[in-house]
Amino acid sequence: MRRTAYVLSAWTLLLAAACGPAATPSPTAAPAAPAATTAPAAKPTTAPAAAATTAPAAAQPTTAPAAPAPTIAATTKPATTAGGRGVGGQLKILYWQAPTTLNVHLAQGTKDQDASRLILEPLAASGPDGVPIAVLAAEVPTLANGGIAKDQKSITWKLKPGIKWSDGTPFTADDVVFTWQYVADPKTAASTTQIVDGVVSVEAKDPLTVLVTFKDPNPYPYQIFVSAQGPIIQKKQFQDYIGEKSKDAPGNLAPIGTGPYKVTDFKPGDVVTYAINENYRDPNKPFFKEVQLKGGGDATSAARAVFQTGDVDYAWNLQVEAQVLNQLSQGGKATLVTALSPNVERLLINQADPNADDGTGARAEPSTRHPFLSDLNVRKAFAMAVDRKSIGGQLYGPAGQASCNMVTSPPDVVSKNTDSMDVCKFDIAAANQLLDQAGWAKGSDGIRAKNGVKMHVVFQTTVNPLRQKEQDIVKSGWQQLGVEVELKSVDAGVFFSSDAGNPDTAAHFYTDVEMYTNGASSPDQTQYIALWTTDQIASKANQWHGNNYLRWSNSDYDAIYTQLRTETDPAKRRDLIIKANDILVSQVAMIPLVARTQPTDGISKSIQGEIPNPWDSVLWNIADWTKTGG
Amino acid sequence: MATGITARELIRPATVADDALRRPSRSLWSDAWRQFRRHRLAMFGVVVFAILLVATLIGPFVYRASSDAIDYSQGLLGPSLAHPFGTDDLGRDLLARVLLGGRVSMAVGVFAVLIAITLGTTVGAVAGFFGGRVDSLLMRVTDIFLALPVLPLLLMVTYLFRDPLKRVFGPELGIFLLIVGVIGALNWMALARLVRAGFLSIKQKEFVEAARCVGASNRRLMANHILPNTLSAVIVAATVGVGQAIITESALSFLGLGFPPDMPTWGRLLYDAQNFLDLAPHWAIFPGLMIFLIVLSINYIGDGMRDALDPRKTQ
Amino acid sequence: MLVISFVLFAILSLAPGDPLAQFAANPSVPPEVRDNIRRSLGLDDPWPVRYVKWLFALSHGDWGFSFGSRIPVWDLLKLRIPSTLAVVGVAYLFSLTLALPIGIFSALKQYSLFDHIATTFAFIGFSVPTFFTGLLLIIFLSVKLNWLPFIYDSTLQVRDLASLGQQVRQSIMPILVLALFQTATLVRYTRASMLENLPQDYVRTARAKGLAETSVVTRHVVRNSLIPVVTLIALSAPAVFSGAIITEQIFRVPGIGSLLITSIQNNDIPVIMAITFTFSFLVVIFNMVADVLYGVLDPRIRYD
Repeated sequence: MRRTAYVLSAWTLLLAAACGPAATPSPTAAPAAPAATTAPAAKPTTAPAAAATTAPAAAQPTTAPAAPAPTIAATTKPATTAGGRGVGGQLKILYWQAPTTLNVHLAQGTKDQDASRLILEPLAASGPDGVPIAVLAAEVPTLANGGIAKDQKSITWKLKPGIKWSDGTPFTADDVVFTWQYVADPKTAASTTQIVDGVVSVEAKDPLTVLVTFKDPNPYPYQIFVSAQGPIIQKKQFQDYIGEKSKDAPGNLAPIGTGPYKVTDFKPGDVVTYAINENYRDPNKPFFKEVQLKGGGDATSAARAVFQTGDVDYAWNLQVEAQVLNQLSQGGKATLVTALSPNVERLLINQADPNADDGTGARAEPSTRHPFLSDLNVRKAFAMAVDRKSIGGQLYGPAGQASCNMVTSPPDVVSKNTDSMDVCKFDIAAANQLLDQAGWAKGSDGIRAKNGVKMHVVFQTTVNPLRQKEQDIVKSGWQQLGVEVELKSVDAGVFFSSDAGNPDTAAHFYTDVEMYTNGASSPDQTQYIALWTTDQIASKANQWHGNNYLRWSNSDYDAIYTQLRTETDPAKRRDLIIKANDILVSQVAMIPLVARTQPTDGISKSIQGEIPNPWDSVLWNIADWTKTGG
Repeated sequence: MATGITARELIRPATVADDALRRPSRSLWSDAWRQFRRHRLAMFGVVVFAILLVATLIGPFVYRASSDAIDYSQGLLGPSLAHPFGTDDLGRDLLARVLLGGRVSMAVGVFAVLIAITLGTTVGAVAGFFGGRVDSLLMRVTDIFLALPVLPLLLMVTYLFRDPLKRVFGPELGIFLLIVGVIGALNWMALARLVRAGFLSIKQKEFVEAARCVGASNRRLMANHILPNTLSAVIVAATVGVGQAIITESALSFLGLGFPPDMPTWGRLLYDAQNFLDLAPHWAIFPGLMIFLIVLSINYIGDGMRDALDPRKTQ
Repeated sequence: MLVISFVLFAILSLAPGDPLAQFAANPSVPPEVRDNIRRSLGLDDPWPVRYVKWLFALSHGDWGFSFGSRIPVWDLLKLRIPSTLAVVGVAYLFSLTLALPIGIFSALKQYSLFDHIATTFAFIGFSVPTFFTGLLLIIFLSVKLNWLPFIYDSTLQVRDLASLGQQVRQSIMPILVLALFQTATLVRYTRASMLENLPQDYVRTARAKGLAETSVVTRHVVRNSLIPVVTLIALSAPAVFSGAIITEQIFRVPGIGSLLITSIQNNDIPVIMAITFTFSFLVVIFNMVADVLYGVLDPRIRYD
């Protein structure tokens, strides 16, 4: 018996040893290609030359760097330290999730988008106030300058001349067209497909002009080629890998880009090392000779690394309790940069009954009604017992602000009506009164009941120390109303999964209340408002693929959304968005808790030029970063 | 007269024999108990364990501070008269939380280890004793368990069994059984191999053959003769296992698979405290100390048990 | 092994969790796109079909592609092995060399000061979770004293003494954390086993024969006490391959452990299968090695 076991294992061993390494298609060949082309790019603006003179920026007749043109973002810190390309040493960036691909269109999260942003650039970035800033485009097309057609069905982008890819070939409109084809092909399985929604065609009118045409008048034509999901990829590098072959492209791990850096080494799931792209259009940028972006670990130790030990220069997304963050940020080596973002941490209230089984095991079907949460007065009482000020102040601290709005950014669409609403006030006594009036009397055990139904609430969210504390605070508020609260925490991978068979997902919503963060992904709120329309209701019928987990239906809200889709007058749009927000809040479809900041990052005190931006990647202007004190 | 034996001397042996007859009968177990009592550290272990047990059982009735009253003004206070163990960042009293969570933690630690020991010893004993095909089969089963990826398995088991268990046993007991079962079922393999190794080497010894000649059944051989000699491995496994079980339970709750997040088990308290280690070390020190004490006491008890059952040390 | 791989695959496929969970909270990835991605990863087939496909590919040496980064699994593993060996492997060896002598001496001088100290350290070692010891070390050695970096740089290439020094500096803390736990357990088992053997009759005989104490101990007692120790060493060897999940997370060591946990969180089945399959393979191998060693150490052990 043992002998056969030995023979079998020896055979398997041999097999594995022989076959294992041989299978690799050796993608190392491809990345060698871009490396080889650095030789010819011997432009006179190499690092040493720039370092010698102190103010080369003014002397060189460089084409205007991205900043001037149509920027309205007046908050630019002047990046005028004695700069010059490659003068700085190594920049160390720390993410607590590691990038696994550098192709932004196959990205699986912000980490991948940010990691690729040093290499790939969009035509325009979203500025800190939501207004686009030209990057690869010569200027941002608007109605005023004729870039956007009067019927709003098309937009024309003019590209900056003279831009080269890092392999020396010129950047043209063909690359832009190709990017659209790549993303639009369903077989590519790109993760950024939403940008091509409603786009009929993208044509290259000439090597420097791109015309994008939409099916319907589009109030936000910047949906494509702008911001974090808009970067352009090189046609030459990816043209053989469009469609089903997209995952095999060696370019996914070493893309050729127009950005300030190029990849020298990428260990997926671990670290990316970048060196300067010699063909970058601004000869005096970027400042840092090398960048290292490392991933892994947790947020608190990332905070320690940037604030206390100075082991890194920039640490991303410090989701840490306020007291810890406050204490760590006094470490002296770095500052916390934040910007209020559209992301709102909120409580979702289930209109359906999560305990009613329709016979097939499916619960919380829209045909059912929640025994008490479907009553508006009960919901109001629940809302009034939530102490969002404490949650915002004590738990989030600098990382958020208590808010009673679902739309919290940009400032011009934030509703001011909710401040005076009674559902936004923390008033336990009034809440108790509402429940008394609604007929829910406290039983002998202190728990309210009516017609034999007890107020027992199951409250779920993801596993996350901060969130567990939020749950504790909310629970203690509701307990004062005579509600029995059972807490549940679900692993984030399960909670956010779209697996139709898993009862613990946020979409299934088999509990009475759940909590997580969501927000608009672009300054235009249309797609965000769409999430809670009636036809987005998640149920067994659509395999819980709908986005309206609440099973909430409100005809006024639906009407506003229909109008919003086609309304082109900006003032009217603002009003519609504010109205939609007010309905969500006053009808207590959801209970907003905290408007979170994004970024919530730590940056070394010696780094200059960084501008916090909630609408684009946090590394959107890394080319402008410099360091003082060496 | 010639021998010089006095009447007294003739009587003495009888007196001794009478005494022997009158002395209470000594069974093996009372021998063991006496030996155990002599072991100072073991008694110390028993005392500590007893204190912890009593404290967690009746503590919440005696010490009336609330374990979940939130009060921001009292956040992160060090130990004081009002809060003997200090407070956490939401101002909750830590002593109350430690006592409340202690019940659960101790129960999980002890029962999970009992399950692991029972399974491991049985499998190891049977495999080592019978050898041959039985041994191979059991060892392959052990290998499969060893190779299982813990996390996906946990997710699956919880997903399958959580609701049925809850329905039959009620929410708290259901989860408790699930956790104890899972931890126990995943930790018996090392002990099985150790026990098997012990059996393999001991079953060849002469005293086993002797016992067999006398007619002892297999079961008796295994339980009464060989097993006590492999006890040292079992005891160490128990000690290591208890601390591990308590900590594994907290690892489970980080995955959302353990007790609800507001149950302050010791492992969970440690986890909550880690970000505040330099701000409020007391938060981590006390639960850590509790776990350490449990491990300590069980180990000394185990040492005592081993010495007590060691046939060479009896008098 | 076939059975093991079948069971593994079954568990992974049936476990809840979704490789595409990252997209769920992102409103710009509509469900139809997620379905597309799902289809492109081959997740549409029922799992027995996928298992057969996987097995077939494996027999050709093709370990498949990671769902996450879409690179061949084998490449991913190759990247991780150096760091794993450098940290986890070294810690394992370190704990072996440390634990055996300590355990032996502890037993020889039972209840002496040395024994008490060693015992207490051992208790601390396995009753305190690794995330805790790791954190303590970081706070003292990195933050307060600033002696050691606590972020592991896997791009560091050891070319000269200076870089070797750097490598040592960045590995010390994770190695200590891991070694503490392993040493603690091993010390206890060694000591217990030695204590069991020391009072045996044959030891008395050997002493009576006039053998020097050291030779009594090393040639006779230790050899016999090693059996449980060998078991443990053999059992924990495969664990080196699977890495040390928590320690790797804390110090950001890009080893196989952290790869495993991220693949599990993302339900990246090809990677999980590859790692766990190799792991179980190693388990089987090392158990056989242990069996062989028993026979060497104790000639009385016979296998029928």
